[in-house]
Amino acid sequence: MASFVSNVSTLVESGLRGPALTRRRALALQVGAVGVFLALWSVLAGLVVVLKLFNPIFLPGPWLVLGALAELAAKGQLWIHLAATLERVTIGFGVGAALGVGLGLAAGQLGPVRDVVEPLIELLRPIPPLAVLPLFIVWVGIGEPSKIGFITYATFFPIFLTTVTGVRQIDPVLLRAAQSLGARGLGLFTRVILPAALPDILTGLRLGVALAFFVIVISEFIGAEHGLGYLINDGRNFFLVEQMLAAAVVLGLLGYAGNGLVRLLERRLTRGQHPA
Amino acid sequence: MTPAAGPKIQIRSVAKTFASGRAPALADVDLDVAERELVCILGPSGCGKSTLLNIVAGFLAPTSGTVLVDGHAVTGPAPERGVVFQEYALFPWLTVTGNVEFGPRLQARPAAERRRTVDRYLDLVGLRAHADKFPAQLSGGMKQRVAIARALANNPAVILMDEPFGALDAQTRETLQDELSKIQRVEHKTILFITHSIREAVYLADRVVVMTSAPGRIKQVFPIKLPEVRDRFAPEFTQSEADITRVVKEEVAKVRE
Repeated sequence: MASFVSNVSTLVESGLRGPALTRRRALALQVGAVGVFLALWSVLAGLVVVLKLFNPIFLPGPWLVLGALAELAAKGQLWIHLAATLERVTIGFGVGAALGVGLGLAAGQLGPVRDVVEPLIELLRPIPPLAVLPLFIVWVGIGEPSKIGFITYATFFPIFLTTVTGVRQIDPVLLRAAQSLGARGLGLFTRVILPAALPDILTGLRLGVALAFFVIVISEFIGAEHGLGYLINDGRNFFLVEQMLAAAVVLGLLGYAGNGLVRLLERRLTRGQHPA
Repeated sequence: MTPAAGPKIQIRSVAKTFASGRAPALADVDLDVAERELVCILGPSGCGKSTLLNIVAGFLAPTSGTVLVDGHAVTGPAPERGVVFQEYALFPWLTVTGNVEFGPRLQARPAAERRRTVDRYLDLVGLRAHADKFPAQLSGGMKQRVAIARALANNPAVILMDEPFGALDAQTRETLQDELSKIQRVEHKTILFITHSIREAVYLADRVVVMTSAPGRIKQVFPIKLPEVRDRFAPEFTQSEADITRVVKEEVAKVRE
């Protein structure tokens, strides 16, 4: 125990002043953490079976979830649900991002646009997106348009707000420098305003992706015939907890991949802007 | 050495008041800068010297008076008036090369010509080896060298420098003064240079303009009759420095009162 405590203090110290962890060690720690989590889950699920704590159907072990996932994949169902969710997220997020960035750039640049748009958005923003989902269903029905529209609605706000911030926070001396080098109008916009606001816009996109996966599940609970959210809800109806967990795992992986994709884009587009 | 047809920059009765009711920042400033001349404007902080430069750059409109460059009235920022800022103002998303060729790119110059321009000016400021680096990877002195190369590469009629070396440490500051002096011997640009360092002004300028404080006016103009290559320890240099210091001190004392 004493050695554990002293280890923690050395860890903290090295975290404060020591050299950064090597990539390899960092990766080992990350993989290790996931491994420990799976091991604990397995032990717990095993104990439930052995000690008959409660009906083991409530807490299937990771192997059962993996089995359910493999079965869904083998029967081809997984791909149908995955494709349905991905399609909704892609279209909904795509439209939300286009609207958010487009309107955000306009509002950031043009005072009159900002004065018209911002109060409306400030009024709508505090309403949790989930609260307006029933409205979407009442207005456009229970089909695809309401699900896609709902994602668009939810993702629009963070993307719009970070884009406005990005444009508004551009250092005025950069604009002066560009103008005294001859940049005006569209040239100033594409060569200075857009790249200067890009880091903030990308942050907004990352928030948007996360939110898209967050809200799609809920809209797929209601009146959907496909999708990972449907799979979870279906699992609830038929008491297939391993199916619920399998769909959740896939959603987690999708969100992780989506985040990674935007981060990759970030690194490519803003390379050089962080001290080496 | 073609004689210029009239002064390159003409500042005519320029005054600036920022808010009505407040004391004017600048009052009735008249100044001509000849072609190929480097004029330093010197004054205590808050004397309006940066305001004057911002008016010449076109970032601010004067309350009254006009600024003419090559006989044309200044109405806003334009590529004929290059600016070097104290805060460097490099575009962080562009490499050193990208920053230097920003102006030529806007003018849609062909790639081969742009490369020649970039090479030439990066050689001039000694940064050829850092062409592919980003500003975040450079020291302050290197950033300001890039900013100077960027201004020169756009081939402006005049260059306006707003305390360009003010954020640098003393050592780097002198190095950059040496380099600017060397560059000026090659390029012969018309330069308006704002500084609060008397030594810097005497080292670089053909003429030093001392301003009064609140409101800023021109107090006295000192032609610097020293050789092109200057020695900071020569008696004549020290003498000029002393003469100007005496006049500047009067102004600083006034601010204190």
